[in-house]
Amino acid sequence: MIRAFGSGTGELAGVVLRPRTLGLLIRTAGLAVAVTAAAIVIAVPLAWFTTRSDLPWRRFWGVATALPLVIPSYVGGFAFVAALGPRGMLQAALSPLGVERLPEIYGFPGAWLVLTLFTYPYVLLTTRASILGLDSSLEEAALTLGKTRWEIFWRVLVPQLRPAVAAGGLLVALYTLHDFGAVSLLRFDSFTRAIYVSYRGSFDRTAAAILSLILITLSLLIVAAESRSRRRADYHRIHSGGGRRTLVIPLGAWRWAVFAGCTFLVLISLGIPVAVIGYWLVRGTTGANAIEPTLTAAFNTLRAAAAGTLLCLLAAWPVAALSVRHPSRMSRFIETSSFVGYALPGLVVALSLVFLTARWVPFLYQGLALLALAYGVLFLPQAVGAMRASLLQVSPQLEEAARTLGAGRAGTFFKVVLPLVRPGVLAGSALVFLTAMKELPATLLLSPPGFATLATRVWGATNDAFFARAAAPALVLIALSSVPLTFLVLKERSQEESGLARDGR
Amino acid sequence: MRLRLAFILTTLLIVAAACTQPQDTQTQASPPPPGSGLQGEAESLTIYSGRGEDLVGPIFEKFQTETGITLNVKYGDTAELAALILEEGSNSPADLFFAQDAGGLGAIAKEDLFVDLPSDLLELVPEAFSANNGQWVGISGRSRVVVYNTKSVKEADLPASIDGFTDERWKGRVGWSPTNGSFQSFVTAYRKLKGDAAARDWLNAMKVNDTKVYEGNSPIVKAVGAGEIHVGLVNHYYLLNIRKDEPGITAANHFYSNGGPEALVNVAGTGILKSSRAQKTAGELIRFLLSSEGQEYFVQETSEYPLIEGVEPLPTLPALSELDSPDIDLSDLDDLEGTLELLRQAGLI
Repeated sequence: MIRAFGSGTGELAGVVLRPRTLGLLIRTAGLAVAVTAAAIVIAVPLAWFTTRSDLPWRRFWGVATALPLVIPSYVGGFAFVAALGPRGMLQAALSPLGVERLPEIYGFPGAWLVLTLFTYPYVLLTTRASILGLDSSLEEAALTLGKTRWEIFWRVLVPQLRPAVAAGGLLVALYTLHDFGAVSLLRFDSFTRAIYVSYRGSFDRTAAAILSLILITLSLLIVAAESRSRRRADYHRIHSGGGRRTLVIPLGAWRWAVFAGCTFLVLISLGIPVAVIGYWLVRGTTGANAIEPTLTAAFNTLRAAAAGTLLCLLAAWPVAALSVRHPSRMSRFIETSSFVGYALPGLVVALSLVFLTARWVPFLYQGLALLALAYGVLFLPQAVGAMRASLLQVSPQLEEAARTLGAGRAGTFFKVVLPLVRPGVLAGSALVFLTAMKELPATLLLSPPGFATLATRVWGATNDAFFARAAAPALVLIALSSVPLTFLVLKERSQEESGLARDGR
Repeated sequence: MRLRLAFILTTLLIVAAACTQPQDTQTQASPPPPGSGLQGEAESLTIYSGRGEDLVGPIFEKFQTETGITLNVKYGDTAELAALILEEGSNSPADLFFAQDAGGLGAIAKEDLFVDLPSDLLELVPEAFSANNGQWVGISGRSRVVVYNTKSVKEADLPASIDGFTDERWKGRVGWSPTNGSFQSFVTAYRKLKGDAAARDWLNAMKVNDTKVYEGNSPIVKAVGAGEIHVGLVNHYYLLNIRKDEPGITAANHFYSNGGPEALVNVAGTGILKSSRAQKTAGELIRFLLSSEGQEYFVQETSEYPLIEGVEPLPTLPALSELDSPDIDLSDLDDLEGTLELLRQAGLI
């Protein structure tokens, strides 16, 4: 698929590069690095606080701090400009104090802020899943050896979490590369924006194709860096000791400071967008007639996202299994190339699929299957990453044992491997499902005529400045995508607790 | 637990299967021979609309109820849809392309993917508002304006022409959207009227004067209303649409009406694809959009200018004839390459 895509655009290549391209490249890479770093700084401690500490309302924060992921960046971008812009709502609230104008959020700071706030949950989710899968007896062992909490965090937890943090960080970095909504609304000139401009302005497909190839190269570099950081190591355990009661670490006086920090984070990343959209809804007069189309659109969104998720899961399993169990040059190549789609702007992926299918498989063209395929190409790495992380924790010896005991290949897979990687599979599907729901550029181009989704409704309305009409579908979109995410986080919990119950018996 | 996973997978499978059911296809006739007028009728039409569902959805509905013909509409960005049609080539499922601006239509016409429209359709609108070669026809008109914040700027203080905004006095107070199709059409008009050198100088002077870049017209009008900037270079109807939700917005439109590029009246228009098997039916839709019922809709709902005789624009707007649009052929606005080159040189895109 990916290679076919390469040949689709490859034939368009062969045009002069502009000097501006280098500047763009540096700016875009800088943004990706800054966003990823900030996301890790926020997410890793947060993952630990919401799984291992005695933070008040730990369960609630587990869900709430992951939720910003459901906000589409094109909605979040609008909301942040409306709220924190030079003359936004915050300024209006502060104007009695004589604040005439807030500093510009446009450009790098704004794009950095918005992208960090809406992507750190990627790292949070992968890291949490990994912490919950860890065997706390390692920590206990370290504790009995006289190590301090701090040393344990750095020397026992962090090395074990590295694959998960790297997988999450990779998703953040690639998301930053392909995002269009946030960078365009916050007026940051990134590579993806340049690609869009060259499509929109000049219908110039060649220049856009070349820019896309550069973006692919950049993303391959990032993927390579990630797999380097994942040193050869065994992360799995053989016995099932993980069901034991996990350590809860008292935060002492810091409890409420962490609590305040979580509150602040959620207020900013979730509160601002929801409040702004709510304000559009309440204030506007044109919002009321948006109810019925919103329902149809919600149904369509669910259908398309479900089809995409299924396709993604089917494609992701072999990639993940191959890369974990049979590491080789080939499997690494396959895995790496599966990330390319994710780093590319949706518009580029969509147009290359158009190029391929309109010509050679017209019966697929403009059907829902094609849209599902696009979601598959775009979001494969999310599923692969989550599956791989949990597969890494399953010892191959368990499979071997099952085979020795007479189970067939299929039996081993369904009875041994699948139950053990289920958290990863579920996490992967939930991620793919909710990102597919909010995906916009490919949905716009590839959905069958007459097939409106929530994302396209929101886009259409904001584009024509009908903000009130955008509010209902935007809120429904956020609410609907919260469901898989909440499920995902609570699922982790119930697993932890079922472990507890087993332990008690 | 395993059951639950199996259940989820099955559900996904069923949903996916349910949605891959083929859409009912339109009547399969062989594509018409070229040059014989509009050919082929069908019970349904596929439309690519670069105009949003909130703007044109209701008028499409009306056509469906009145004629019983089903319209399958794909909404999107004009330029992206144009790119899509170019990518699809002769395999495009679209019958009709409804574009935001003449530039998008020009791109399709250039690749020779539109049929020649019959003269009885073209004659409905003034000659200036359809393609020279008769491959597309305008449906509604929009004027370039300057939107200004009424608290910070008095209309009388606005410069006499767009060139005045390069003055120090306007430093950092003006917003524009160099990536926007309407803006680019305006720059093309500037080039046609005053030459490339003058256009380049103006762009550079505006940039030096710290003109703020926005993504599209709505954010500009929003920013002007909020007082973030004081003046914005946009199309006239964005303010009128925003005002429906925000009656108190402190902004107003200034129409230049001076025959310069800043007074350009552009059109949203349509063309019928050569690959369509329902060209005649598509022609009926165009006729409907250009009927007094259709035109009245654009007046009331999108605050645009009607293009046929006998329908009047909103009373709050200056008449089309008063706008004094520059003497320029809209078909010439397809020379986007030159404009984009200028914008690139100026570092704006």
